[in-house]
Amino acid sequence: MNGFPILTLLTVVPVLGAVIALWSGRHARGVAMITALAGLALALVVWTQLPANGSIGLVEAHQWAPSLGIEYHLGVDGLGALMLVLSAIVTMMSIDAAHRVHHQPGLYFALVLLLEAGLFGTFTALNFFHWFLFWELSLIPAFFLIKLWGGAKRGPAATQFFVYTMAGSVGLLLAFLAVFLATGSMDFGHLTSLASTGELEQIVTAHLGPVMMWLAVGVLAGFAVKVPLMPFHTWLPAAYSEAPSPVTMLLTGTMSKMGVYGLLRIALPMFGHQIAQIRTPLLVLAVATVVMGAWAAAAQKDLKRVFAYSSVNHLGYCQLAIFALAIPATSAAMVTSQAAALNGVILQMFNHGITAAALFWFVAMLQERSGGRRGIDDFGGLRKPAPIFAGLMGFALFSSLGLPGLNGFVGEFLIFRGVFPLAWVAATVSVLGLLVTAAVILTVIQKVFTGPVPEQWAGFPDLHSGERLALAPVIGLMLLIGLAPQLIVDSVNPTVVNLLAHWRF
Amino acid sequence: MLAWTIYLSFAGALVEALLPKGKAGLARGFALVVALAGLVIAGLGFAAGVGHGRVTIVDVPWVPAMGIHYLLAADGISLVLVLLTGLAAVAGVLFSWNIELRTNEFFAFFLALIGGVYGVFLSFDLFLLFVFYEIAIVPKYFLIAIWGSTRREYAAMKLALYSFVGSSMVLIGLLAAYATSGSHSTSLVALGHAGLPVSFQMWAFPLVFVGFGILAGMWPFHTWAPTGHVAAPTAASMLLAGVVMKLGAYGCLRVAMSLFPHGMDPWGFSLAGIGSWRDVFALLALVGIVYGALVALVQTDFKFVIGYSSVSHMGFVLLGLMTLNQIGVTGAVLQMFSHGVLAGLLFAIVGRIVYDRTHTRQLAELEKMHLVRRLPFAAWAFVIAGMASMGLPGFSGFVAELQVLIGAWAAKPWWTAAVGVGIVVGVAYTWRALQRAFFSDVRPTAEDHPRTGWHDLAPITWPEVAGVSLLTTASLVVGLYPKILLDAIEPAVKTLLAGGGQ
Repeated sequence: MNGFPILTLLTVVPVLGAVIALWSGRHARGVAMITALAGLALALVVWTQLPANGSIGLVEAHQWAPSLGIEYHLGVDGLGALMLVLSAIVTMMSIDAAHRVHHQPGLYFALVLLLEAGLFGTFTALNFFHWFLFWELSLIPAFFLIKLWGGAKRGPAATQFFVYTMAGSVGLLLAFLAVFLATGSMDFGHLTSLASTGELEQIVTAHLGPVMMWLAVGVLAGFAVKVPLMPFHTWLPAAYSEAPSPVTMLLTGTMSKMGVYGLLRIALPMFGHQIAQIRTPLLVLAVATVVMGAWAAAAQKDLKRVFAYSSVNHLGYCQLAIFALAIPATSAAMVTSQAAALNGVILQMFNHGITAAALFWFVAMLQERSGGRRGIDDFGGLRKPAPIFAGLMGFALFSSLGLPGLNGFVGEFLIFRGVFPLAWVAATVSVLGLLVTAAVILTVIQKVFTGPVPEQWAGFPDLHSGERLALAPVIGLMLLIGLAPQLIVDSVNPTVVNLLAHWRF
Repeated sequence: MLAWTIYLSFAGALVEALLPKGKAGLARGFALVVALAGLVIAGLGFAAGVGHGRVTIVDVPWVPAMGIHYLLAADGISLVLVLLTGLAAVAGVLFSWNIELRTNEFFAFFLALIGGVYGVFLSFDLFLLFVFYEIAIVPKYFLIAIWGSTRREYAAMKLALYSFVGSSMVLIGLLAAYATSGSHSTSLVALGHAGLPVSFQMWAFPLVFVGFGILAGMWPFHTWAPTGHVAAPTAASMLLAGVVMKLGAYGCLRVAMSLFPHGMDPWGFSLAGIGSWRDVFALLALVGIVYGALVALVQTDFKFVIGYSSVSHMGFVLLGLMTLNQIGVTGAVLQMFSHGVLAGLLFAIVGRIVYDRTHTRQLAELEKMHLVRRLPFAAWAFVIAGMASMGLPGFSGFVAELQVLIGAWAAKPWWTAAVGVGIVVGVAYTWRALQRAFFSDVRPTAEDHPRTGWHDLAPITWPEVAGVSLLTTASLVVGLYPKILLDAIEPAVKTLLAGGGQ
């Protein structure tokens, strides 16, 4: 593989697929499927080619606009590669789920593939300009997918989503301009190594005065909107519920991960010291995100909104762990806890991506079968007419709940294992979120699948073989990771060790 | 070679004026050939001139008694702007393809305007520069007054008056500089080396800067811009926003800043943090950025949105100039190019592609037309242009604004914070216009149909496709590979900032 630009190829493939899909009308979904398969194959190849020591591999570097510090610089470590695999899987799931797009299918699937290209670009870029290009460009297809194929209130939802995220990006951009101004570099690797010795802060302070904390806040703002972190989450419920379900799968499965990825790739490496200083307020916000997300999910009547808020809650755990581990390690035990928490975050990103996407897929299937209904009280007793539907969705729901043996458990377990020694108050309060989430998920199961069957749903169609076939690998993956998390951890752990070794809090 | 851009355009204008009336096709075809020839020459000249510093093209005595020379030259900044003019000229002709009223006269004025603009960007003699500058104003007036729309006489007169006030301020400053220097030359280089006294520069700088700044849409002297843009026929608003506003900014840089560099020195006292003319103009630029964006956010007329966005974007240019550092000024020049291309594109979409079919620019009425389905080409062209204009990475606007922002950080960090507000509002107004004009879900009522152009819209024509392709490609190429232009701009800015005029 040496020297072969596989990461470039990875980003180019969906773009080409998008161009073809745009002109292939009814066949666009097939084109998109083939493209997404190719993307998944490439992502898996990347996954197998990672350097064993957890450092950045498969590097491609070329000059671009040197006077602006802009380089074409690509590379992945375990974190990036896992996100590539996740994006590829979720994109496939989303395309699979979108078999009812009759209005301009060419454009729809072209936008989905462009979004995939944006994700691939974001997860492989190692230069700020290059990274930001894809970070912003992924917004455009997402916006139009919501705007053109969304539900009744799609207009305001799409705009809110777009303007919020852009506003967050401005904070990010300004902070990076300041960093560039002081250091003359936009390269993540270079800036990380400067930050790991504390030089970055000295240089920035020497050039611009004591602004380092403001820069950290600017960067955090960009990611806080994207993930989201309370109180920057208000765009999310509207966007998730108004977007067509296959698009919601992409939004929650992959785009929210861009934010967490940014925290790990950019915020902690370069502003770890500043984040450590404001760790307490950040932890408060993360705990609020966990707890309020769960409570808000409990209060919803619309299944999509239930899962939207439950996503806020699940990503709250990631942020909880990220802020909790931002503390100077004074003992070997602390380092172990940090490593556990970070492993947990990365696993949780992957697991939540798969599980949440699956849940929204099931909601889409419910809607198809019920003439568009998705209220939590609209159904009942579906277990009887549709046992396989209930069984498979049950897997996804229990995975989301964090049942041991399924994928959701491992990540959350590692997160709590890591966070308790580092920030026990925050961890304790967050357990409340776990409990409420469990109650929410169980309520969904109860109201939708158990109890007496209303007359109108007596003939509720079960999953047909095509759907079973499409869902089987996803459910299988949940089980597989739940039972053998080492499949991921073995490759991610070296990266975790490597990352922690370069972070300075 | 570059001088031929000027001669060709003026010759073309003359021929157009002499063409038989009523032969619209001939007039168009000829104008396109002339504009294309200009673009090719500009492109070749650009390719040949990059990396050679300032190259004199022609230098012959003109009025020897006063030391006036017919002196054309080009450095990297001129090259970039000449290239922009070439692009804008071709696109302008393409988007004027449907002009039926007095076609040959229209293109005569159009080409005369282009010739004047080329002239300004290539003049290195103050007097000559001023002559071309004035030449450019006259055709502008007629283009608006004859072929314009909403309140065209008012707008044309306002634009002409603002321009003349501006140029008289410039003229006073320049005559005073000539007299004070005691040198027997009006060459920019010679005057730059004349060592004008600081006290003189202190009052000449603001005078000349404001004089040129008026045409660059500097707040609070910007009010001609929105009305002028709206009233002008599409090609003229493209040129107004695309290149004429650049004349002003170019004058600020080439004349005001390089002749009177000490005019930007601190006064020695400061009022509320404002301690020099530099601070004053930077503040005006910032107000322009934020004010233009906010006003664009509440417009009900589609073209006014773009008109005010120009004020906001030109604020970036002026702010970039006032950073007085390499990267900020480079960004300002790049933003001139970028805005020239993008404003041209936006005005073309709004004025030509949409308005000429729907006959309304009211967002409230466009909302009911579902243009994304009926004019998908216009909708997606506007998406791309809007993305580029709001400064999304990958397009020219991003690189330019990035540099201006970095420059502003280096000069005064709080400037950047204010600009950040402008950028966010910029996203909001672009997206609002996009949503309302093309992607709205509002359903028309029965009585709306006859009134709001619910008839079949004419199909998109090839000149429109060609024009949109030309301009988006230009923006995309510069956005993805800014080195093309930066290689020309950077050395020129470096020499310019090094002082001594050139």
